[in-house]
Amino acid sequence: MKGWMGKIRTLSLFGFMAIILSGCGRENLTALVPKGYGAEESFKVILISIAVMTLVFIVVMTIYTYVLIRYRQKKGQENMIPKQTEGNKALEVVWTVIPILLLIIIAVPTLTTTYDLASTEGKEDAINVNVTGNQYWWHFEYQGEEIQTSQDMYIPVGEKIYLTMRSGDVIHSFWVPSISGKMDVNPENDNVMYIEAYEEGVYYGKCAELCGESHSLMDFKIVAVSQEEYDQWVTDMQNVDPEATPESTTAQEGQELFANSCLSCHAIGSSPVAVGPNLTNFGERSKIAGVLPYEKEELVEWILDPESKKPGNKMSNAPYLNDGSIGEEEADKIADYLMQLKPSEITTKSAE
Amino acid sequence: MSNSIAQNRSFGAAMWDYLTTVDHKKIGIMYLVAGGFFFLLGGLEAMAIRWQLIKPENDFVSAGFYNELITMHGTTMIFLAAMPLIFALMNAVVPLQIGARDVAFPFLNSLGFWLFLFGGILLNCSWFLGGAPDAGWTAYAPLSTISPGEGVDFYVLGLQISGAGTLIGGINFLVTIVNMRAPGMTYMRMPLFTWTAFITSTLILFAFPALTVGLFLMMFDRLFGSGFFDASMGGNSVIWEHLFWIFGHPEVYILILPAFGVFSDVFSTFSKKRLFGYTAMVFATVLIGFLGFMVWAHHMFTVGLGPAANSIFAVATMAIAVPTGIKIFNWLFTLWGGNIKINSAMLWALGFIPSFTLGGMTGVMLAAASADYQYHDSYFVVAHFHYVIVGGVVFGIFSGLHYWWPKMFGRILDETLGKITFWTFFVGFHLTFFIQHFLGLMGMPRRYWVYLEDQGLDFGNLISTIGAFFMAIGAIVFLYNVVITSIKGEKAGADPWDGRTLEWSIPSPPPHYNFTQTPLVRGLDPLWIEKSEGRKGMTPAEPLSDIHMPNGSILPFVMSLGLFIAGFGFIYQKYDLAWLSLVFIGMGILLGSMLIRSLKDDLGYHIHKEDLEKEARK
Amino acid sequence: MSEHDVLNPKVMPHDPERATLEGKNKFLGFWFFLGGETVLFASLFGTYLALRNSTNGGMASNELFGLELVFIMTMFLLTSSLTSVYAMYHMKNNDFKKMQLWLGITVALGFAFLACELYEFYHYIHEYEFTFRSSAFGSAFYTLVGFHGGHVVFGLMWILALMFRNAKRGLNLYNAPKFYVASLYWHFIDVVWVFIFTVVYLMGVL
Repeated sequence: MKGWMGKIRTLSLFGFMAIILSGCGRENLTALVPKGYGAEESFKVILISIAVMTLVFIVVMTIYTYVLIRYRQKKGQENMIPKQTEGNKALEVVWTVIPILLLIIIAVPTLTTTYDLASTEGKEDAINVNVTGNQYWWHFEYQGEEIQTSQDMYIPVGEKIYLTMRSGDVIHSFWVPSISGKMDVNPENDNVMYIEAYEEGVYYGKCAELCGESHSLMDFKIVAVSQEEYDQWVTDMQNVDPEATPESTTAQEGQELFANSCLSCHAIGSSPVAVGPNLTNFGERSKIAGVLPYEKEELVEWILDPESKKPGNKMSNAPYLNDGSIGEEEADKIADYLMQLKPSEITTKSAE
Repeated sequence: MSNSIAQNRSFGAAMWDYLTTVDHKKIGIMYLVAGGFFFLLGGLEAMAIRWQLIKPENDFVSAGFYNELITMHGTTMIFLAAMPLIFALMNAVVPLQIGARDVAFPFLNSLGFWLFLFGGILLNCSWFLGGAPDAGWTAYAPLSTISPGEGVDFYVLGLQISGAGTLIGGINFLVTIVNMRAPGMTYMRMPLFTWTAFITSTLILFAFPALTVGLFLMMFDRLFGSGFFDASMGGNSVIWEHLFWIFGHPEVYILILPAFGVFSDVFSTFSKKRLFGYTAMVFATVLIGFLGFMVWAHHMFTVGLGPAANSIFAVATMAIAVPTGIKIFNWLFTLWGGNIKINSAMLWALGFIPSFTLGGMTGVMLAAASADYQYHDSYFVVAHFHYVIVGGVVFGIFSGLHYWWPKMFGRILDETLGKITFWTFFVGFHLTFFIQHFLGLMGMPRRYWVYLEDQGLDFGNLISTIGAFFMAIGAIVFLYNVVITSIKGEKAGADPWDGRTLEWSIPSPPPHYNFTQTPLVRGLDPLWIEKSEGRKGMTPAEPLSDIHMPNGSILPFVMSLGLFIAGFGFIYQKYDLAWLSLVFIGMGILLGSMLIRSLKDDLGYHIHKEDLEKEARK
Repeated sequence: MSEHDVLNPKVMPHDPERATLEGKNKFLGFWFFLGGETVLFASLFGTYLALRNSTNGGMASNELFGLELVFIMTMFLLTSSLTSVYAMYHMKNNDFKKMQLWLGITVALGFAFLACELYEFYHYIHEYEFTFRSSAFGSAFYTLVGFHGGHVVFGLMWILALMFRNAKRGLNLYNAPKFYVASLYWHFIDVVWVFIFTVVYLMGVL
């Protein structure tokens, strides 16, 4: 049996698959196609370390393959006693010193980027957003702008945005792989990081620290738009009238139902982080509850049975679900109301 | 005295024998059986996880149950499978390798085993009593402290009890290796497996108390209303992360070092060569153990400790690559110029080199803090630690089992089945985990119950699940091998592999007193030295005389049972203080047994010279 | 030679605690155990230091702690360490009666310490309503000091059990290591208290 042949075959197969797959990965989600400052800096270090480590791997595998071919027991030599070498000082020095040098090659860029990514220089003059992680949604408060929103965070491209992050319950971790590496969101202290997107686009954000049943459904979006569009969005959001009367009658009825059954947990307009997400610009969301397709049937189903869509979320305990005040008809009206909440022309479409 | 009873005994007597035994070889077998059982359980949980992830937005299991599965998979595999299996090998082999008749504390050795087993059972009782723990094996607060039900309480108490057992086991091996070595067995003549067992025991001694404290604090928070991790009382959840990883990182080395020891012995035996660079290997082991305590915060790069802390821990972590690299090259040069015989034990060792090198590579990559911001808590990390834990520890356990099976059971595991096991498991392992590096970088965080459609993660997850089935097949073939070998396996002589170390100088399986006469050790690879000088076995260091042996005892079992009972009391008293009666009963049993142990003299017994002579003539 | 004769030699060696292999093992194993205990207390101290100012609006350490009682407690415990040294001195001279006497004094001092500690806790709880559940600081304080107190209780029970068990038969090579490690344990408890005195009380009143 030629064991090593099989091994080489498997290994080359893996290498092949690796090449195919590294090209893949969903755009604006994968860290392998960085589109922001943090992701790019991390990616540089990733590449350097992969290069160095691949070199080490090749050296190890070359010796390994050679040894296995050359010194494998041959027929009739089962009892051959090889020379009992104790060691070799020179060789041992070589494989101590060279790895140290290789590690220095990795360590230097690691340290510079680690300090760079933690820098808060220019934070005061930049856009500052307070990020709150909650069991299973994200809240964004634009400091000094009187804008609060949930799930979708709008930012201008080419700007460093400073995020001051804290959790409302358990530990979460803020990760937008294409733009930046992650930072934990702790309940007892503020963590600061900055993000910068190079291109306009809707970037996928994920929670990266186990936070409960719907940890895997705690998605959010970073919507990077041009500076003008961002300014427009800010103005629009600041001028929202939370009590504006919708046009259609069903939506008007929906507004009333919403005020009775939903407003105790959800806010419209700039108001601090509450039990549930802020819905000011719900009509412009790309997803419902962060993960569901943005369709009316989905929204109605969500309102009627949130537990089945996102297990363990707090809306599952909403009073209206128990007292039966909201049936399919009412949910439909609420959906009409919510989906017409479009305070700004600047939407996720503007970013695409 | 027990020999005569041993002839014709009933099942009940055999049970009693194992319940009361203080013989390290039998305790090793019990560790093997219990650890093997938990390994299968953890494997079953893994299969359920992979099945859930076979396609996007799958609903094979519910979200809550999935979190229980991942938590129990990790906890079971680390604490209840890998550690006990390592302990199985250490118990079976270390005393033999140093020429000892027993361990330093036979009673405590047994206590350590029963505490581990009862802790593991307590933890798994949660499945049937309202749900398993669901906050991940790392149990980060406050998710763990607010987790409803009793799942996390079972985690806390189960691990507390089994952790106490591990700590006791660690101290036992430390003292055994320091005090019980045969004449001439100096430190620098000890086989590498014994060396790694020694360093691992040191790590256990200094790492487990941090977990003990962490678990106490979590228990107080959950059951007695304290506020260590509760931000609303001024507490700080990051303390748990520190305590957990001050234990948790050394734990990785606790597992991997003995595997390194197995490979060192296996490489040396099957290339018929002395271990290359023995001194450097010992030094590297010590250095890895030492550095293992300096790097815990590399699990916490994204916690927000600041760039200075991150940088220090990044560099310290990278430094570990140096002694690890030294080891890899020393193994390669042990093979170099050797007469390499490839059998099952050797296949696992050879499979280990590329697998672990990959795990080490990604380890250095993860050490780069600024790159870790991308890897952290993604499938990249999942891939990395499975490469080191499976590709290192599990391969090491399989290698060690094939290597020492004849010594433990007197029969040689079937070679063909062994090779089938290796190849299916090896291929399955790489299929499962290699792709996960890429899944992680493509944006898949770990511990995800579902991944969404259309995010480019489908194919990789499918491959991964297919690979997991190959691993399962490999494990099943191994089980079959064990059964078939015990029925009709080839009988092993004292030295089936042309071994080099002391354990191969005595019969397989060894008599319960191991060495009729303590051997005189004249150098590294003592048996090899004797054989190369034309002798058949070791020269005794003492005349044939009476052997002093310890008495068996049921107390370790009873004490562990007491803690097990008290564990339930602690958990359920949060609902009704009447349950405190169980605490009193359980602790009463424990303290009462301790008192008996303390007050009743246990002087052991002697095997008489005449009986030994009779035995020798047979 | 029977086991009994081995353990009761005509002339006791100078180090009876390390005269047998079992004794040597016990001696070394206990030192290792204390190494583990050191990490245990280090973790508790670390936790306490991280949370000592997390009073959550409740009582802070400088409002709570006074040094008078704690000083007396420290004296009790330090003296008890000294008396246990005397006990071990007499053990090495094979003077069982004196060893028992000094161990008795050690135990008495231990109980005095324990009584003060219980009074102190009672005082905090009833005078200041400062409890285990008041704040993270409260939890950390009672846990650290309580763990030490638990060790004192266990140590006292242990020494008492040894004293009673061996009262009639005197010293031999089987029980000498037991006495010796119990006194080691007692010293360890004492050393931990010195750290508690410094870290919790001295640093606390400042």
